[in-house]
Amino acid sequence: MELLVYGIINSITLSLVSLGFTLVYSISRVPNFAHGALYVASGYLTWLFLNQFLGFPYFLAILLGVIITSLVGAAIYQFILVRIRGMEISEIIATYAIGLAILEGLRWGGLRGGTFVLPAFFSGSVSILGVSVDYQRLIIVGAGVLTFIILYLFTRLTKIGLAFRGIAQDERAAMMLGINSDMTAVLSLAIGSALAGLAAVLLLPLGNIVVEGGYNVLVFAVAVCVIGGLGSWGGVIVASFIIGFAQIMTEYFISAHYQMVVALLAIIITLLVKPSGIFGKQKELEERV
Amino acid sequence: MRKERIDRGLKVRTEGIYAITSAREILYLMGPRILLIVGLLALPLVFELAPYWKKVINIMCAYALLALAFDFLANYVGLVCLGGAFFTGVGGYFAAIFNVEVGLPIWLSMPLATIAGAVFCTVVLLPCLPLRGVYFAIVTLMYPLLFTRIIEALNILGGTNGMTGVAPFPNAYVENYVIIVLALAFLFAMRRFVNEDAGLVLRAVKDNDQSVRASGISVTRMRIIGVFIASLLGCLAGAYIAHLYMWAGISLFALDFSIIPIAAVVIGGGGTLVGALIGAFILVPLSEILRAFGTFRIVIYCIILTGFIVFKSEGIMIYLQRKYHQFERWVKV
Repeated sequence: MELLVYGIINSITLSLVSLGFTLVYSISRVPNFAHGALYVASGYLTWLFLNQFLGFPYFLAILLGVIITSLVGAAIYQFILVRIRGMEISEIIATYAIGLAILEGLRWGGLRGGTFVLPAFFSGSVSILGVSVDYQRLIIVGAGVLTFIILYLFTRLTKIGLAFRGIAQDERAAMMLGINSDMTAVLSLAIGSALAGLAAVLLLPLGNIVVEGGYNVLVFAVAVCVIGGLGSWGGVIVASFIIGFAQIMTEYFISAHYQMVVALLAIIITLLVKPSGIFGKQKELEERV
Repeated sequence: MRKERIDRGLKVRTEGIYAITSAREILYLMGPRILLIVGLLALPLVFELAPYWKKVINIMCAYALLALAFDFLANYVGLVCLGGAFFTGVGGYFAAIFNVEVGLPIWLSMPLATIAGAVFCTVVLLPCLPLRGVYFAIVTLMYPLLFTRIIEALNILGGTNGMTGVAPFPNAYVENYVIIVLALAFLFAMRRFVNEDAGLVLRAVKDNDQSVRASGISVTRMRIIGVFIASLLGCLAGAYIAHLYMWAGISLFALDFSIIPIAAVVIGGGGTLVGALIGAFILVPLSEILRAFGTFRIVIYCIILTGFIVFKSEGIMIYLQRKYHQFERWVKV
């Protein structure tokens, strides 16, 4: 029972973390290697608003943190990536460099040790199926499911969402129909960064805000996306459930140290057996040599 | 008005080997190369009285090798390697294993570690080689982080303390000249290699892999060759660093080894190979001067790197080459 409950929680955590990455990649074809940095930055900003500047109420601090992260993401595209669009090598290096600059800048600015902690939304715990689960984890599950539903409806019902899907499927055809490719890319980075920020404020109350968290988030997000198929949203959910349960199982039966090894093995097996991921059918021909 | 660029007459005449007629033309061709070689060889003697900076020269040349590997992979094979630290880590640990555990002398352990490390890196990177796109970048980004965790968690290879007691070089001159000669030798060897048949095919893999396949050449096989050569350079740098510090630990997987070579290539000028060296020669001393800033140095590299990518993507070397080979003038349109 414990396996099942914590497996589900862990899987939803993973999918929350990797949703932003896959959204940006599927729409703008930019691998956003600054994803982990935006995650940590948003947690840190929320902490700042909560504790340093006048002590905003928690809800407002979260809102501001997420909005500023999303603006940072949009700015990254608007001022840097737009100039090197289409040059794959430069895109990868630039996002990686920006991410490192944010993370190491925060480390230099004093983001280390256990002083940076976000409080849980509600303390206490409840017993589900005989396993005690604290409220924060329940909120994560609820918010994760809600985010999926909102994103699903957003991409199916609104005009911007449909434009997103159009660009993701065929950029040229979409441009011919009058969809502004740069505009959607800016929006996609803004939304992807906001998702990273949302994941941060939901997940960080479970632990400290540390720079290493940024690297971990990036590695897990990337692992989930590769296994699910880069740029495939359904794949993200399935893959995060696979990795999530595999991790909980190894933690339960072997040792917690092997969590990273599981992610790596999963990536390697996927690349060997089905290189474009579980749901990567659409781009399969493009990615195979 | 617009700027017009015209090749210098000297360049046109010296392009074909038979057209060289005077000492001046030979100097025009050989000058920059000799300047680089003699300058680099003289560097330890210039800093004879500053032992600290002699150490910096060693590190500088090790980074130059890594930058060379990155430049080759990115601009000739078309694979972006975000984790150069993986190569140094593997090379360093192999050197330590051969030297400490097996007990081989230094002149055997370094080359053996280079080759064994390169084979290991190539095999581990093999799954993502048949794929296009960002897979290689993703996997190379993950490996240094993962190997650090694995070594920490399983407490193998000395765990967090690392492996101590790696044999040092006999004296400071050997230390200096081993790496300087290796860096120069690899630079010129690589410059020659990319213009050989194999290098040509590699460039074709980067530009248009379908045409390579259509010619009956396996893309994956060519990429394996490319990755093997790059990891050869990287593992050599790692093995050298392990012997230099007489220690192999998880700091060989540190971020510096990944980001400085990338920054060096972008600043020096991608695709020129010499540019990688020049970028390393600028960045590593800079990083020594900024040592007091700690991790803020990485922020500085990243800002310089992004600035160069966005505003001056050709890099220093291509700029210099243009000034050397061409003259510019304003013409009326």
